[in-house]
Amino acid sequence: MFNSPAFRKKTVPLFAMISPVTAWLVLLIAAPLVYILIISFCTTNESHNIVFHFTLRNYARLFDPTILGIYTNSLIVAVLTTVVCILIAYPFGYIMASTSPFKKTLMMIFLMLPFWTNSLIRLYSWRVLLGKNGYINDFLIYIGLIDAPIEMMFTRGAVILGMVYTLLPFMVLPVYTVIDKLDNSLIEASKDLGAGFWQTFRNITLPLTVPGIFAGSIMVFIPALGYFFVSDLMGGGNNQIIGNVISRQFKEAYNWPFGAALSIMLIVITLICVKLYTRSGGKLDELGTV
Amino acid sequence: MQTKKTVSLQNSFSRLFSTFVYIFLYAPIAIVILFSFNTSRRNIIFEGFTFSWYGEMIQNSSLLQSFVNTLIVASASTAIAVVIGTLTAVAMFRYRFKVKGAIDALLYIPVVIPEIVLGISLLASFAIANVPLGRISLIIAHATFSIPFVVFTVRARLSGYDRSIEEAAMDLGANRIQVLTGITIPIIAPGIISGAILAFTLSIDDFIISFFTTGASSITFPLKIMESVRSGIRPDVYALSSIIMLITLIVVIISQLSAYKNAKKSGK
Repeated sequence: MFNSPAFRKKTVPLFAMISPVTAWLVLLIAAPLVYILIISFCTTNESHNIVFHFTLRNYARLFDPTILGIYTNSLIVAVLTTVVCILIAYPFGYIMASTSPFKKTLMMIFLMLPFWTNSLIRLYSWRVLLGKNGYINDFLIYIGLIDAPIEMMFTRGAVILGMVYTLLPFMVLPVYTVIDKLDNSLIEASKDLGAGFWQTFRNITLPLTVPGIFAGSIMVFIPALGYFFVSDLMGGGNNQIIGNVISRQFKEAYNWPFGAALSIMLIVITLICVKLYTRSGGKLDELGTV
Repeated sequence: MQTKKTVSLQNSFSRLFSTFVYIFLYAPIAIVILFSFNTSRRNIIFEGFTFSWYGEMIQNSSLLQSFVNTLIVASASTAIAVVIGTLTAVAMFRYRFKVKGAIDALLYIPVVIPEIVLGISLLASFAIANVPLGRISLIIAHATFSIPFVVFTVRARLSGYDRSIEEAAMDLGANRIQVLTGITIPIIAPGIISGAILAFTLSIDDFIISFFTTGASSITFPLKIMESVRSGIRPDVYALSSIIMLITLIVVIISQLSAYKNAKKSGK
């Protein structure tokens, strides 16, 4: 069998090509996630070591009022971030899709260029703009809109702004792609039949571009639940999201089982979102290629 | 007339809207550049112009070290991801096999699950496997989230690939390795390059996964920034960021120009 031509022709090269990735994925993705699932049912002893003793206490703690409060805050932040991203990215994608190819390339380059600079440093410099002595307050006082500087940093609004700032391209790219692929003859037909801009938009453009909005929403909503550095930098500890609690269990409180239970919850939320996405006809491929 | 009016109204709205989006994206970057020349150490108000932070930056060995470490980790993890990812994409394109569906599903996990979950699960696994947290664990972690992106970009490139070219080469007496290095790799090279750029970029900018999977011996630039937030980021960090930005800008312009020239050449 080992000397058969079929074995030499297919099995040997195939094995050589896929064994590295199989080993890597099993050892560094599948096994770690299974391990997280296991320790989410464990307890810890006084020295913070994991004790393999079955308990549901970590999951019960998810219903603790403080934790529920953080979950609520996190969901509000993630939903609003997604909505604001759609409101910015859709018109922007539409504008980009309707310009000349040269301008399209230019707009795309200048959209992506900021993301080559470290996101933490870009978020941090929002303090100079939003702070009490910041330029935005100065400007608002100058034009007479406000009398005294208002506190904009370290609020929920600041956290949402930071999330939108960090995640916007993940909405723009899928939305732009679907709008760009849109069959123009449909829009022209609708216009020829006497429909106005809004009517055409509502009945033709929007329904045909919904898949892009869904793909973008997944890529914005899920990270927005976990990006704890955005809430650290923009919310300053006042506006915690799920990511902050998980990070604290692993780096400060050393309660890994509870952190694991929180992570499992996050995985469940993710799976629900992805299921809704694929149910509505979305393709997983469109999430990976951006 | 009516339609002309609406068109020009739409145009001015488009212009205004995209201007606002770009102001939103670039305002913080303008701040970074401006404050790298600030005489004040605190990044609150611009007091005066100086170049001194660029000098201080060169003296700040822990800052430069973190940046060099970031480059080392990004290069090593990208190299691993490119080799494993390309082999995977080619194998998945060329053969049908039993575990294909399982590999495909596993590849989507790092793309879809929140980074923090991947970070803590890697941390927990390094802990039970007794892998010390440092540069090696960091490279392994970065390669883990980069592999799927390389697979996807190479696979996208392969979707238009005509396998009869390979068969023709084999008929002419080329062996498997010659086909791979002489035909397959050159054809999929653009996919490999864009996958590598993506992996490298993701690695350089990564904070969350690095936060969980490295130790004090292997600090990266993003971690260094987060560490200095508490005491206030000094303008020398802004100076280094401005230099990195300038280099990126030059690279992007050169690559775009050459792409534009190539397109023009092939157009003629």
